[in-house]
Amino acid sequence: MAVNKNSNGYTFLFSIVMVVVVGAALAITSQSLKPLQTKNDADKKRIDILGAIQVKATRENAAQMFEQYVVERVAINYNGDVLNSKTGAIDATDKNDPFNVDIQKEYRADVKKIVKESGKNQEEMAARLSAAPVSFPLFKCNKDGEILYVIPVVGTGLWGPIWGYVALKDDKQTIYGAKFDHKTETPGLGAEIKEYFFQEKFENKTLNTSSETVFSVVKGGAPTNEHSVDGITGGTVTSKGVDEMINRTLKVYIKYFESVNNQRAQR
Amino acid sequence: MSEVQEAIVEKKSEPLFSKKNRKLISDPLNDSNPITVQVLGICSALAITVQVQQAVIMSLSVLFVLIGGNIIISLMRNGIPDRIRIIVQLVIVAALVIIVNEVLKAFLPDISEKLSVFVGLIITNCIIMGRLEAFALANKPGPSFLDAIGNGLGYAWILLAVSIVREIFGSGAISFPGMGQVKFLPEGWFIGNGGFYENNNMMILPPMALVVVGVIIWIQRSRNTKLIESH
Repeated sequence: MAVNKNSNGYTFLFSIVMVVVVGAALAITSQSLKPLQTKNDADKKRIDILGAIQVKATRENAAQMFEQYVVERVAINYNGDVLNSKTGAIDATDKNDPFNVDIQKEYRADVKKIVKESGKNQEEMAARLSAAPVSFPLFKCNKDGEILYVIPVVGTGLWGPIWGYVALKDDKQTIYGAKFDHKTETPGLGAEIKEYFFQEKFENKTLNTSSETVFSVVKGGAPTNEHSVDGITGGTVTSKGVDEMINRTLKVYIKYFESVNNQRAQR
Repeated sequence: MSEVQEAIVEKKSEPLFSKKNRKLISDPLNDSNPITVQVLGICSALAITVQVQQAVIMSLSVLFVLIGGNIIISLMRNGIPDRIRIIVQLVIVAALVIIVNEVLKAFLPDISEKLSVFVGLIITNCIIMGRLEAFALANKPGPSFLDAIGNGLGYAWILLAVSIVREIFGSGAISFPGMGQVKFLPEGWFIGNGGFYENNNMMILPPMALVVVGVIIWIQRSRNTKLIESH
């Protein structure tokens, strides 16, 4: 049977069949691999959280190590009020579990736009953020008897998203450790936030809880004090992004820590 | 799949590794190198040659997609309507890249993380479309498979050469997949630690990749006189 390959009918038929076949192949691949991918993402998150308190976990033992070290998972809102709190094993399907809160998704959906539009206007940003459907997870860890608080942070670097975890000591002011990661920062420049030499600088610095600027990442080479660290030379925009995300996020948790302290004092 | 096709090719016509077919592999390494002679795929050669390990992972991914794309297009070559052939090629390449990415995410999450942005770059890599259009559409799967390997390797060695130069002079280190970055210069040599040496930051920036590729083209042309055009 001779088919005219240049006829419109054949071209349409060919496209339709191709799209259906390719679409089906992609859908099957995506659906069949999804459980594995979700598990990998959750394990990666556990490894990162444990990394902030300087516990090295692997993909194999991440779940078990996480249960061993993380004693409580709390979610708070922008005003520092507790939304809910969980202990014990993580149920991957439980949307209320603070572990399952996807702060990167929330950042993309609401926070990013608010931060960009309000600029330096702190009041506007605070008002809009408190109205937005955003929650802030907090992981309370017990590392060899020492209580540590791990706070996830999300922000924007030069080319794309940056994120990380900041661990505070029991005094809720001193930084125990920090871990940062990025998606597409410039290798050798902004991408260096991923390296330990940069993260190490945060250790044992303190938060300036009485000031508007809780913590700062200063321009490479500028003098630093107990409330600031040196940024990355040549990675100015990424360093600024780290500065912005830490400041914006930690303020929320300071409110929460204060309210916890007040409740204790009243009792 | 490819093995079956090769077997058929062997029976029907010349052997797979005939002299003509061997040239399909050796030519792209030198005489018709995709980057230095055809000047295709330059974009990714600039973007991801800062570290050797990225160049290796990118080369392997391109090699895989090139082989898959070449074989599939070659099998379909008699059925593809001429007027929409570019779209068909694009769909096949994009689908392959997405499948590769999904599989890596599920089974090799650590490698997938390193690859992240480069996956998108593979789809836009001109070498792949170039080979599909110029070779796979007109040839049987066997030769197309060899052509893909040749061009993939031709792309890979340039990427490796450029990334080795850039990483040594830009970061004072060499990195291999799975090993991380190995810094071989003593810390005390660096100016920051009171020494005399400083990494050349320019090497990390994209323009230097172009300069290094230019130097490679220069060396290649001075040795391979076939490439010099007569004016």
